[in-house]
Amino acid sequence: MRQALMLAVAAAVAAVAPWPQAMAQTEDPVAADFDKFRAIMEEANPAELFEAKGEQLWRTPRGPKNASLEQCDLGLGPGVVKGAYAQMPRYFADVDRVMDAEARIVHCMITLQGFKREDLAKKPFSSATKTPDPVSITTYVAAQSAGMKLAPQQTHPKEKAAYEIGKEIFFYRAGAYDFSCASCHGVDGQRIRTQPLPNFTRPEQAIRAIQGWPGYRMTGGVMHTLQWRLNDCFRQQRFPEPDYASEMMSALLTYLTVNAQGQEYKGLGIKR
Amino acid sequence: MADPMKIRATVQGDVADVRVLMAHPMETGQRKQGGKPVPLHFIQTITAQLNGKTVFSADISQAISRNPVFAFKVKGAKAGDKITVTWKDNKGESRTDETTIRGGS
Amino acid sequence: MQQSRRSVVRAGGALALFAALGGALLRPGRALAAWNKSAFEAKSAVDAMRALGMANAEESKDIEIRAPDIAENGAVVPIDITSNIPGTTSISVFLEKNPFPYTGTFDFAAGAMPFVHLRAKLGESTPVRVVVAAVGKFYTTAKEVKVTIGGCGG
Repeated sequence: MRQALMLAVAAAVAAVAPWPQAMAQTEDPVAADFDKFRAIMEEANPAELFEAKGEQLWRTPRGPKNASLEQCDLGLGPGVVKGAYAQMPRYFADVDRVMDAEARIVHCMITLQGFKREDLAKKPFSSATKTPDPVSITTYVAAQSAGMKLAPQQTHPKEKAAYEIGKEIFFYRAGAYDFSCASCHGVDGQRIRTQPLPNFTRPEQAIRAIQGWPGYRMTGGVMHTLQWRLNDCFRQQRFPEPDYASEMMSALLTYLTVNAQGQEYKGLGIKR
Repeated sequence: MADPMKIRATVQGDVADVRVLMAHPMETGQRKQGGKPVPLHFIQTITAQLNGKTVFSADISQAISRNPVFAFKVKGAKAGDKITVTWKDNKGESRTDETTIRGGS
Repeated sequence: MQQSRRSVVRAGGALALFAALGGALLRPGRALAAWNKSAFEAKSAVDAMRALGMANAEESKDIEIRAPDIAENGAVVPIDITSNIPGTTSISVFLEKNPFPYTGTFDFAAGAMPFVHLRAKLGESTPVRVVVAAVGKFYTTAKEVKVTIGGCGG
């Protein structure tokens, strides 16, 4: 009888034993091991193959207008690529809106080279057999900001407005699951299976929204940019898909990047 | 035509550290697309030469990951030496690229 | 190349033995040793090793395999292999639980050190078995790698 009681007490104690502590002991070494081997793999990252392809696409005259992208202004003047990615999203007077890197590249492909938006937006994300050109070009552009501090512009009123709109999108709950970005990424200590989820409202964790993108994704062996990553978050929330390279995506990226400003962007990554 | 490889070779002392990235789908024949299996398509042999002399070679299977990455080390190399890498796949396609060994930091 | 010549000489021109070795000792004579179809198509590591003439490999502690205990993604598992056995001429890799376990042989000549870094697809948790050829003999060791599933975009 006494023994049974003790067993019951032990079971009850076990049931309320603090989970987080147990997780810290058993799960975090796994995450640390993942990080270690990811770092080893980033020393020779297949993303570099797409960077090389993107550079070639940037320099080669293409499209109906047979022009290269070397006159594309990424915010630092026509043709200046180095450091441009770390300073986006930013306001562009010629379109009177805030653009993230990929949105700007798509804009240049349309205006300078004569490509059609509908064509570029038709299948904008990489598959096992095809990597869309804007993905390779964004990869090339991003790689030229490796080692630089994130400095998204917040001077123009539209840049400030984009931050506020992005913030609203981040916290907006809707859909079949009544989810928001913040449901997963606005609180501490969340995880999906083996993946710890960063809290993007905390400056020191916000960098993890940007770091490692564009990234070579081991699943499928494909190259993806932040456009894909955010799109996939909406898919998982069971939201309607956002428009590719839209103002709304630039606004959300503004919110995430500004939260991480001042931190170092390490360049192309390897993702699960 | 296959996309170029990316070869990085740096020397520390007299040992060159060579890293090779290859653009290749490495299809296992088990993956399906649109309901149809994608046929086997993978690199079978790799040869690496230092100044024209074979130092590293490999026979591999479709189990090597898509966009293969290999690293190897060669003793007796110096900055300015040439590293040439060739792969051949099961469809008879091949690709050769070369790089010059750089001094280590 | 030098190594294989010596081994063959030691075999005393015994053609039967030479045939049994299946040309494995001729590595890195790439021109002579063709891609070994029967080894690559073998459904077990033991059969593949037999096809390569490596079935008699003895356990060794002088081979280092560095691979994750738990792979984050079975599609890309990084594996570093270093042989500390003098006279190493090749390193072969077998992913025992894969449908076709024989994954490759890496040959070293003319100053190449007995080391290779590769990334492989693991269908499920499996021992990664390595066989080293050195001075006409084969040595082996293995390391278990667990493969996890699921997770989201990263």
